[in-house]
Amino acid sequence: MENGSALPVPAVEKPALDEDGLPREFFRLIGYHLLEITRTVRGVGAFTLITLGVAVTKFNVASRVIHPLIRHQIYRSGLRLMPMISFLAFALGFVIIGQTVSLLSRVGAEHFTGTIMVTVVVRELGPLIAALVVLARIGTATVVELGTARATGEVEALEALGIDPIHYLVLPRVIGLALAIFSLTVYLILGALFSGYLFAFLHDIQLRPSDYFRQLALALTWQDFILLALKTGCFGIIIAIVSSYQGLARALRLEEVSSVTTRAVVNSVVACVLLDAVFIVVYLVM
Amino acid sequence: MKATYEEHSDAVAIIEMTNVSVAAGDVPERAAVVDVNWRVALDEYWIVGALPGSGKSRLLATAAGLLRPFAGNRRLFGREIERLSEEEMLVLRLRVGLVFEDGGRLFNHLTIAENLALPISYHRNCAPREVEARIGPVLETLELLPLAHQTPGRLNRSTRQRASLARAIVLKPEVLLLDNPLRGLDPQQIRWWVEFLGSLSNGHAIMDGRKVTLIVTCDDLRPWRDQGRQFALLKGNRWLPLGGQAELAECTDPLLKELSLMASTEN
Repeated sequence: MENGSALPVPAVEKPALDEDGLPREFFRLIGYHLLEITRTVRGVGAFTLITLGVAVTKFNVASRVIHPLIRHQIYRSGLRLMPMISFLAFALGFVIIGQTVSLLSRVGAEHFTGTIMVTVVVRELGPLIAALVVLARIGTATVVELGTARATGEVEALEALGIDPIHYLVLPRVIGLALAIFSLTVYLILGALFSGYLFAFLHDIQLRPSDYFRQLALALTWQDFILLALKTGCFGIIIAIVSSYQGLARALRLEEVSSVTTRAVVNSVVACVLLDAVFIVVYLVM
Repeated sequence: MKATYEEHSDAVAIIEMTNVSVAAGDVPERAAVVDVNWRVALDEYWIVGALPGSGKSRLLATAAGLLRPFAGNRRLFGREIERLSEEEMLVLRLRVGLVFEDGGRLFNHLTIAENLALPISYHRNCAPREVEARIGPVLETLELLPLAHQTPGRLNRSTRQRASLARAIVLKPEVLLLDNPLRGLDPQQIRWWVEFLGSLSNGHAIMDGRKVTLIVTCDDLRPWRDQGRQFALLKGNRWLPLGGQAELAECTDPLLKELSLMASTEN
């Protein structure tokens, strides 16, 4: 404003400082986020227990309705993601495994190939990549579907019909995602290991297929199979529970659905990484 | 051995609310309706009139046992709801049908036939053929057969509302709660609804000739004046029972006049 009739300029308020000179707002923000995390952990924990209770008490109840829903979830989160997982398996094999095998051969350490493959692909990358793909494709869709169902009153309609929403909406997703992530991980690992060898073969690495697969077989233990099944199953359960919790826990307005979806993705990733850390400890102890 | 409701139909009310305060939807700390003392007996036909936003839907949900009240006691078929286990509540809930307002909250990912089949398949766990045999007559009676394989999103409001009624009666409930079912319907549809509900109240073949107890909320009393047998109003946040048609005719409450004008002002 040049002519002098300017609007009064509001005084800039200095942030309140505590004795050490840190703004109080900063501590408030940390406190707010800590409380928010505690609330989410408590909510997801309670939701998990409720789902577990329903799984036990309603085992085989309404099987003609629930079993097709489970099959649908397996199809949707497993079979339909096969092209994507195949692509990622070959990319993983070519980019990481092929180069690793090539590098190991160059320094004369081919005999470590099996151990490295099992540690990197079977124990870590395979389950994590499969879980992240399912989270991106199905976890987000679950939040939107359930959030919309809650916002439009479909959940209340289920209750009015005497249908348990956890039994009808959540349980098929939990079982479906757990089985789907396990299956996708197995395919991803097999695809990555085969394509990895293909890369090495194309680069004339002196490693016979029999040596490569013998090394893999020797590096694998029976605990690897059990822990792989447990880990992938838990990833599926976490993604299904967190997505369903964010979609159903409270009545959403339609404009809130996108922010809740983002929150579900963040929560799921954090929970999966934390669980992965627990499994790393188990592998180290083994 | 527990006495059945039928054995004590004269003594036991289907729905009984004593000093009930209904929680508001937007502000859970606030009561939408206070001090509801209401007794619904077998074969009654209640019309509850209220202005929009006065807590009709919450009152019905509380009466059906879907919502917890702030205070007071509720009984369903003579049993105190708060003391029932989940399994006992489920048995009673299946004897109550609920038709929601504004399109009936149908499941949008299912077709109309699947919407009707869901409660039967879930509770009876029966084979698809048996389910078809049970939903077929209901679809036919409610003139929904040509639209049975359409999803609700492709249908107009009046058809969705009718499908919601079909879903509510498919389990043959003894009492039917309808939340403002005529809202937004044209006069021809309104006539159909009033006649059909009248026949349900008098014993329709689709319900094996058994009379159904009806509770209808509305914001326009005109179509119901000659149909309802018991009337009540929600005035402010108070429950105001009026009585039968004679008492309704004598009532001079200004709210009655307002409720008779609602439709014309909305349209």
